Amino acid sequence: MDLLRRISEALQTGSIEKVATLTKQAIEEKVVPRDILDKGLIAGMSVIGDRYKKHEIFLPEVLLAAKAMYAGMDILKPMFLKDEMPTLGRVVIGTVQGDIHDIGKNLVGIMLRGAGFRVIDLGKDVPPERFIEVAKKENAEVIGMSALLTTTMPAMKKVIELVKKEGLNGKVKTIIGGAPVSAEYAQHIGADAYAYDSINAVDCIRGLVQKP
Amino acid sequence: MLMTVLTQLTVSGDWFKNRSMGKLLERIGSGVVLVADGAIGTILMARGLQPGQPPESFNLTRVDVLEAIAKEYLDAGADIIQTNTFGASRLKLVTYSLQDAVEEINKNAVLAVIRAVGDRAYVSGSCGPTGQFLKPYGDTEPEQMCDAFREQISALISAGVDVLCIETMTDLQEARCAIKAAKDIDAAVPVMATMTFNHTPKGFRTVMGVTIEEAAHGLQSAGADVIGSNCGNGIEKMIPIAREFKRYTKLPVIIQSNAGVPELKDDKAVYPETADFMAERAKKLISLGVSIIGGCCGTTPVHTKALRRMVDSCVSRGCNQTQSRDV
Repeated sequence: MDLLRRISEALQTGSIEKVATLTKQAIEEKVVPRDILDKGLIAGMSVIGDRYKKHEIFLPEVLLAAKAMYAGMDILKPMFLKDEMPTLGRVVIGTVQGDIHDIGKNLVGIMLRGAGFRVIDLGKDVPPERFIEVAKKENAEVIGMSALLTTTMPAMKKVIELVKKEGLNGKVKTIIGGAPVSAEYAQHIGADAYAYDSINAVDCIRGLVQKP
Repeated sequence: MLMTVLTQLTVSGDWFKNRSMGKLLERIGSGVVLVADGAIGTILMARGLQPGQPPESFNLTRVDVLEAIAKEYLDAGADIIQTNTFGASRLKLVTYSLQDAVEEINKNAVLAVIRAVGDRAYVSGSCGPTGQFLKPYGDTEPEQMCDAFREQISALISAGVDVLCIETMTDLQEARCAIKAAKDIDAAVPVMATMTFNHTPKGFRTVMGVTIEEAAHGLQSAGADVIGSNCGNGIEKMIPIAREFKRYTKLPVIIQSNAGVPELKDDKAVYPETADFMAERAKKLISLGVSIIGGCCGTTPVHTKALRRMVDSCVSRGCNQTQSRDV
């Protein structure tokens, strides 16, 4: 449908006001909210994610598109029952304790929201206990942890140990990422997955929530 | 030609004495290669900096440690010693509720280095990114960002730095904002400006997508005196980066590489590139005409010492010719 395609295209060019106007128009024209979300906003963000992955665009374009996506989502939110957007799953994310680098983590949040996940972003320098507390409260399926400093990577291990200690093993999956992090390290500390970038994180988390 | 030789002789003759070691720009202009120091942050971690604690907190509590590190780099042979002020702008310090201590934090760091090195090395005021994105990508107004740089750089200059180093930049607009702030405050203080690049299928780019060509033009037109790259890469990727900078600028080039990309061993960060490895590869930087060579994350006074030895032996044995053959 033309209107949804226009929402997706406006989002890709980072036209915040245009996405907001078109989303309002779609609601007025009684387009199914789920379609506005999936075929408009999420479709546009997935193109952005793909182009970012291919290095066709860089961070500024992604940040602008994300702003446009949030503008659309804010207008769309009241259209869903109980204020709850349809979701593929709930993911708690944060930069681990001792680390204040959050560009990568924010990108993961953008891409996850853009893919239809509900994201609870705990910010940066997040104590291990906080990940567990919020994951329990929000009934999250996945905890995602980010670190840029090699020296803060051991904090990821602490969170994973807490997941086991709290008996959440199997119920809450863990995924880690960040410049110094590797698949080997994920395996070493017992994380369920490792993502090498924000797009890959979405694919991995899709896999994690589908597994029984 | 004769003038150049004379300048060089005069400068090297007096170089250990007061600022008659010569003005930095004149020295590199005459062909001298200078050695800049290595990392501070990773050394502070080894000396008690806790995860989550800002490195600049040492400027309020442990200036003795800063002095000791500066002294070690001086003894290792560095010509340029950096202050521990990478994250000492208001916009960065606010993360730690230290935004009201901008002046003190910057001043203390400069004075610590001056106490340690006297006039035997250039004191370089480090100025890193604010950690914020400018509008429209982020929420920070350009004015707000420029003011933060103006405040920090003004504190660095009045405390007595010889040169400024605006480093690890990824956004050209942010870097230009800092350079212009410095030149507005005191145009006579030389400004070195470096950005951090990743290797992508589209060539070297910062995370904000800035190419080396764009960086070279943008940093230069904002008023930087020396430009180049620091951080993000080990020495080997810095060679093509330096080559590209030389293609797009006539300004002197500075390269400060990491000691490779760190690996975790027994929960400790280990940087893989040894001092000898870095110094050996850095010969290529000299043959490319790089004017200032130093270290970034993971490098130590041991790396500085190796770089010093390499630079000195290149000067006496003419590294340029021998190296150019295998470049």
